Amino acid sequence: MAINEETVKHVAKLAKLEFKEEDIHDFTEEIDKIIQMVEQLEDLDTQGVEGTFHGITHHSVVRKDESKLEIDREELFKNVKTKQDGFIKVPAIMDNGESGA
Amino acid sequence: MAILDYTLEELHERLVNGELSSVQIIEAVYDKIDETEANVGAFLALNKEEALKHARMVDENGIDPNNILSGLPIGIKDNIVTKGLTTTAASKMLEDFVPVYDATVVEKLAKAGMVSIGKLNMDEFAMGGSTENSAFKVTRNPWDLSKVPGGSSGGSAAAVAAGQVPVSLGSDTGGSIREPAAFTGIVGMKPTYGRVSRYGLIAFGSSLDQIGPFSRTVKDNALVLNAISGYDQRDSTSYKGETPDFTDGIEKGVKGMRIGVPKEYFNEDAKEKGIVDSVRAALKKYEELGAEIVEVSLPHSKYGIPAYYIIASSEASSNLQRFDGIRYGYRADNVNSLEELYVKSRSEGFGLEVKRRIMLGTFSLSAGFYDAHFKKAAQARTLIRQDFEKVFEEVDFLVAPTTTTTAFDIGGKIEDPLAMYMADILTVPVNLAGVPSVSIPCGFSNNMPVGMQLIGKHFDEQTLYRAAYAYEQATDFHKQRPNFKGGK
Repeated sequence: MAINEETVKHVAKLAKLEFKEEDIHDFTEEIDKIIQMVEQLEDLDTQGVEGTFHGITHHSVVRKDESKLEIDREELFKNVKTKQDGFIKVPAIMDNGESGA
Repeated sequence: MAILDYTLEELHERLVNGELSSVQIIEAVYDKIDETEANVGAFLALNKEEALKHARMVDENGIDPNNILSGLPIGIKDNIVTKGLTTTAASKMLEDFVPVYDATVVEKLAKAGMVSIGKLNMDEFAMGGSTENSAFKVTRNPWDLSKVPGGSSGGSAAAVAAGQVPVSLGSDTGGSIREPAAFTGIVGMKPTYGRVSRYGLIAFGSSLDQIGPFSRTVKDNALVLNAISGYDQRDSTSYKGETPDFTDGIEKGVKGMRIGVPKEYFNEDAKEKGIVDSVRAALKKYEELGAEIVEVSLPHSKYGIPAYYIIASSEASSNLQRFDGIRYGYRADNVNSLEELYVKSRSEGFGLEVKRRIMLGTFSLSAGFYDAHFKKAAQARTLIRQDFEKVFEEVDFLVAPTTTTTAFDIGGKIEDPLAMYMADILTVPVNLAGVPSVSIPCGFSNNMPVGMQLIGKHFDEQTLYRAAYAYEQATDFHKQRPNFKGGK
């Protein structure tokens, strides 16, 4: 096994996902097979090889840093589920010790 | 001949000489969709009212003889945002999402006068090779309704193959244009990374994603790529160099060209025999047309799948963090804290395959695994890119099968994610290297279409179109049409 149920739960937490307790076992087996497949890369000698992290080799193009209004604020709020006084309304944050205070 | 059998050029001629109006063409499209959609299931949303309004405007203003795409129909994959028209990426997460802006490609098509017909089904967030991962509907292959159309751009491919629209847009991260094009017997182009702006494409693997056209003919494909290519200041990875006219010199033929045949793409025992036979016959045809065939090697091809699944999933795990239930998208009910809102919204909104990829990507990027996974995959990517650069010193382009099998049965692979991943073995190296590749029909195996991909140098789509056109003109695979119920 390249991965166990504990690791799956830990990674799910990082990814802000949760799986039903009864599904964890099967999901772990499935993801384990996928991880074993990608770990075939271990056979490849990459010593001294630079990584490619981008899709382009030409320079990234940066536009001028000028502010401009492309989309209206009202428009942007159209897909918001709950709002109040021009803000997005979400469940309480301070009640459960997440405030860090 | 029915209106929808015409190529874009033929439709344009008829608009100019007054034989047809844009409204007539657009009405024919919706009639055809009415007649066939119950069987094909390509569309997630139709834009009929707006499309007819647009067509009337084109007719009233008069057709510009120099603007070949004006008044002609196109379908759009549902991960490309369209202002005011629901865009879901086939995910429950975005079921009711109405974009407030247009993707650059949509703006460009509108500027060219093309009429947007509707949004096309796909695998959720473009993750999959069969369109079975759509949260909303099944899309069927017009050549055999019990088979998948391929994916992730399955709706875009099926709509063109079924004759609902002459052209459509898809996106290709690891084969999502070329594989469905092969499965449905049409032309699908994955342009060079950077050729087409990704602004407004719902991001999957940002260093791999490209938008490209589907069509029945090579020239129609080139005409659409003409319209959507070019530098865009809203996509920092878009290419600042010149955009050629991709139809320029398309009829010049392949005489004297050198075609590389990568041996790794032919030696697979697992490959359907009819596919290898069809592609070998196509190579013979190229020889008859005056090209020289040279065997070449892309030695790191076998590392394409592991490298691709690490890189694409890692990028996806980062890109999909934006779906948190706050500003747009699915929001879970009955939650007591912000953390619970994030977790429940994501867990209920994403489908199983999307969760698999987010999990694999998060794992590959997590402390302790980054070097063995993400960094190693990035190094493998360099070696794969160098393989292509090396062979392109000797040949003008490469020819290989697009897929290892023809279209498989609906339900045939969906329970086995690993088998589904392995099916991308011939397409992912192209995305890792960033080079362009077009799949064109080259035969039939078990009564299903076979596709071959032509792979070119960075920003050399022109050679690919020229070579694809030469083959197309010398054969008649592009003229064959599926004869499904509600089809002809």
